[in-house]
Amino acid sequence: MSGSCYQGKNSIPHLTSEKLLIKGGRVVNDDQSLYADVYIEDGLIKQVGENLVVPGGVRVIEANGRMVIPGGIDVNTCLMKPYLGTYPVDDFLQGTKAALAGGTTMIIDHVTPQPGDSLLDAFEHWQEAADKRACCDYSLHVDIPQWNEAVKDELELLVQEKGINSFQVYMAYKDVYQMSDSELYEAFSFLKQLGAVVLVHAENGDLIAQEQRKILGMGITGPEGHPLSRPEELEAEAVFRAITLGNRVNCPVYITKVMSKSAADTITQAKRKGSVVFGEPITASLATDGSNYWSKNWAKAAAYVTSPPLSPDPTTPDHLHTLLACGDLQVVGSAHCTYSTSQKAIGKDDFTLIPEGINGVEERMGFVWDKAVAMGKMDENQFVAVTSTNAAKIFNLYPRKGRIAVGSDADVVIWDPDSIKTITAKLQQSASEYNIFEGLECRGGPVLVLSQGHVVYEEGKLQVQQGTGRFIPCKPFPDYAYQRIKFRNQVRGNQGVSRGMYDGPVYDVTPTPKYITPAPSAKTSPTSHQPPPVRNLHQSNFSLSGAQIDDNVPRRSGHRIVAPPGGRSNITSLG
Amino acid sequence: MHLPSEHIQSSDRLLIKGGRIVNDDQSFHADIYMEDGLIKQIGDNLIVPGGVKTIEAQGKMVIPGGIDIHTHFQMPYRGTTTVDDFAQGSKAALAGGTTMIVDHVIPEPGSSLVEAFDQWRQWADEKACCDYSLHVDVTHWNDSVKQELDSLIKDKGVNSFQVYMAYKDYYQMSNSELYEVFTFLAERGGIAQVHAENGEIIAEEQARMLQMGITGPEGHVLSRPEELEAEAVFRAITIASQTNCPLYVTRVMSKSAADIISQARKKGNVVFGEPITASLGTDGTHYWSKNWAKAASFVTSPPLSPDPTTPDYLNTLLSSGDLSVTGSAHCTFSVSQKAIGKDDFTQIPEGVNGVEERMALIWDKAVTTGKMDENMFVAVTSTNAAKILNLYPRKGRIAVGSDADLVIWDTDSIRTITAKTHNSAAEYNVFEGMELRGAPLVVICQGKIVLEDGNLHVTSGVGRFIPCSPFPDFAYKRVKARKQLAVLRAVPRGMYDGPVSEFSMSRGGTPSASARTSPTKQPVRNLHQSGFSLAGNPAPCGDLTASHSIVVSVGTRPKMYSIQCFTLGI
Repeated sequence: MSGSCYQGKNSIPHLTSEKLLIKGGRVVNDDQSLYADVYIEDGLIKQVGENLVVPGGVRVIEANGRMVIPGGIDVNTCLMKPYLGTYPVDDFLQGTKAALAGGTTMIIDHVTPQPGDSLLDAFEHWQEAADKRACCDYSLHVDIPQWNEAVKDELELLVQEKGINSFQVYMAYKDVYQMSDSELYEAFSFLKQLGAVVLVHAENGDLIAQEQRKILGMGITGPEGHPLSRPEELEAEAVFRAITLGNRVNCPVYITKVMSKSAADTITQAKRKGSVVFGEPITASLATDGSNYWSKNWAKAAAYVTSPPLSPDPTTPDHLHTLLACGDLQVVGSAHCTYSTSQKAIGKDDFTLIPEGINGVEERMGFVWDKAVAMGKMDENQFVAVTSTNAAKIFNLYPRKGRIAVGSDADVVIWDPDSIKTITAKLQQSASEYNIFEGLECRGGPVLVLSQGHVVYEEGKLQVQQGTGRFIPCKPFPDYAYQRIKFRNQVRGNQGVSRGMYDGPVYDVTPTPKYITPAPSAKTSPTSHQPPPVRNLHQSNFSLSGAQIDDNVPRRSGHRIVAPPGGRSNITSLG
Repeated sequence: MHLPSEHIQSSDRLLIKGGRIVNDDQSFHADIYMEDGLIKQIGDNLIVPGGVKTIEAQGKMVIPGGIDIHTHFQMPYRGTTTVDDFAQGSKAALAGGTTMIVDHVIPEPGSSLVEAFDQWRQWADEKACCDYSLHVDVTHWNDSVKQELDSLIKDKGVNSFQVYMAYKDYYQMSNSELYEVFTFLAERGGIAQVHAENGEIIAEEQARMLQMGITGPEGHVLSRPEELEAEAVFRAITIASQTNCPLYVTRVMSKSAADIISQARKKGNVVFGEPITASLGTDGTHYWSKNWAKAASFVTSPPLSPDPTTPDYLNTLLSSGDLSVTGSAHCTFSVSQKAIGKDDFTQIPEGVNGVEERMALIWDKAVTTGKMDENMFVAVTSTNAAKILNLYPRKGRIAVGSDADLVIWDTDSIRTITAKTHNSAAEYNVFEGMELRGAPLVVICQGKIVLEDGNLHVTSGVGRFIPCSPFPDFAYKRVKARKQLAVLRAVPRGMYDGPVSEFSMSRGGTPSASARTSPTKQPVRNLHQSGFSLAGNPAPCGDLTASHSIVVSVGTRPKMYSIQCFTLGI
């Protein structure tokens, strides 16, 4: 790879990082922890075990009994999401640097085409930008901004040839991205056939539009209008609806950005009923709350604006951690999408215009450790599961990613559970002026980060090269999501009842004045009722499929459905 | 009126002796004296005029006459009409111990609500044998509908309006419309009733079923699974909660829908659930009957749940108070009318019977099984309905001054339900063969005996329209209190006066820009806001270009510049 070393003054020459031995660490996967050495060559894990036989000249890293975990996977970043012509301040370089500094070695970014744009073009645009700039491996989700026939072909191409297996649909952003229930139904059905994972931005956009109008009408224009117009009920409602759709279509549903207790509870209940649904809380919803929207400092309040908004309920983070620990929520993203204060100020007079997005890619792993593991809610294996392994499974990257095993990619982190740091915008990798976690103390952090077998972070120093990140294609039909779906498909065949055709009288619905007084005629018993002759003509066309009595009648080619002999409509198949 | 003279004699003044009066709050032994259709005295050893007809109740229960809060008598459907008109239907009601019905006015989408209301009034005034009120269904939404609603509430005596979340492209309303309707009703003191089913998904599922070749009545329930009911209930509750409007879910047919209502009530939402006779008494397994006509007779929306434990569950929630009132949704079509959909289940006219069986069925399923006490029985069959309609205590209670609508209830009589003996004109009864314990012994309506010794003598046309006034306390007391609390305030903060990134609202003609613009945000606004938005900004305003409508940028590279020069904290 070309390009100069970033901060590369005291970095180790490139060659030595090709072969690495991590000695004396405790390897922690999502299923077990064990003491073992890890030998890495050519970006892959070659050996895991004790007393490994390795070639000479290998750089040895002493882990001193610390945890060796699979590098984190941040399933939700938006490093290139345009907003009214401006772009987030953290691009693929800045964003992936922040990711690596926090122990995350892979990101999955959202391709966000505008309505009318080609999904394919957008995808290629994103891929090109990421290939040039990203310092860690990445995959892409593609957002579907609107639903139509042309989109279908592009989706098929993206799944089959471009390595995309997840697509986001929107239930919010009325008149822009929002899809109706019918469109969602169709999108779910189509994506299910392709074996893709449906990501849902779950908020009721219709109601939000109404509430926004109401709140602006009341003269509330500041950032507090954002959560006021997007109460968590609207999130829960949309989650419920998305899950209902998923159940009907028998399609796995993945809820991006679970921000509130009620939305999380809705997911929990659905799982209890057997729905295939995944929930993704993000760093922000796990570590802070929405009380800052009421900050007197406009710029600070605006920095928290994201959708769905952070819940003003301060017990939310704790609740979400509990659900994450028990497996009701599966993966943690960051939804990292940072805009500078001057960009946020586009909405200084109208909260609906504030660009939405918050930071979190760097802090993600640390906060899950601090708030869940260090508090005794979660064990270290579950920590690995929610920060890395589950994401790899859902997006079909497992066990290449998300596991320390022979043959897996050498994305490895040595984790120090005891390091304590205070989050501040001054020390962050992100380019934004605000850090929404400003001043929070966080226990646990990476000591050393390996990406593609190279040491990229050590002793607090980043040594990255832009453009080294590779696009990792995702294959459709991930087992983790689709195995159950496949079985359910087989079980769920609906069948009609085979019964004799109804051959009694039929009320004529043609609105003729003759039949306006129905009560007496309707009361007559079916057998004595004389059907009006008119009716036979138009009903004989479509009515009689499945009547066994007709089976010996040769089918006329012009009619798909067997017409009765002689044009009579009353076939006495019952008698 | 033109009543036989013996009727006037015997029924104008009545004394019920030795009965046990059961209201929703208490039961006690007392005599009841009625005159001119009103209850005049309650107590022991009443002093009454001579020549009064006396009914010996012999210790039996005397309860307020039932109120069936949901019927569709004489309902037009594609040029035909349901077989039970107001005479037939109200007769069946009285035979079952129900002395008041509330019928749904269903205007055709696009037509006048008031005209439809007047039409229904005319039909009912001509024929009804018992008192009635009307709900009006709001089948489309625009400004003229608002005016009509206003006049219906203020002048016509309607306080409850049903909206539809199903019947796509016909009655169905979008979420935005629902929001507006609820907001409107909350201001006017109306009750928002919803038919809760997700019409969009139903349309998709119906197409799928038909495509699979499923055309019989089982397709009805397959295309309307109970999840879609629960989803819509959830959504309706969300919208009602946003608009602070009391919500009434008509026809709770499934466990999951009932559970959603339960949960919402536990969270404090003002929501009422109405299970109907059919969902309390039978289930949806009959849709798979080999007899098409029988299967079709069960077709109603939302459909009966195929889960046979549903009735028991709904009776439990009714007993615990999580569901509030019971209706029948009585809407009967003959077999030949149902046969309109013989080749396509989506064409089967929807409706089941139940007005006559309602009270007995609840007694049998809830009271005799020990789920519910007799006071709760009165509450769910009569009192709660009266409270929601703002007719309490005129209706729904045995008290001095209340209407003389009451029933002597026989807790032990056992009847077998069958279409042969029922008072409805329909050929099928969805409760066919069911044995029910509990029945009315004597029914008194407007102070006149209409059922005695098994004989029904009703008079068509005596039913009066009972106007309902808005803001029923039962629903609105809490809503009013919340309205006072829920005042939103903006944060008083200094204006943001830092740099603002350059952005374009009309980039590439994508809809995003225009849609994100809120109604108040037009380019014009910049002019009057520029006075303070740039306060304290050291940069010259010289490069504000006319072509950029809202751009307030400093320097030519706003993004870079802003990071350096900007001071945080205002």
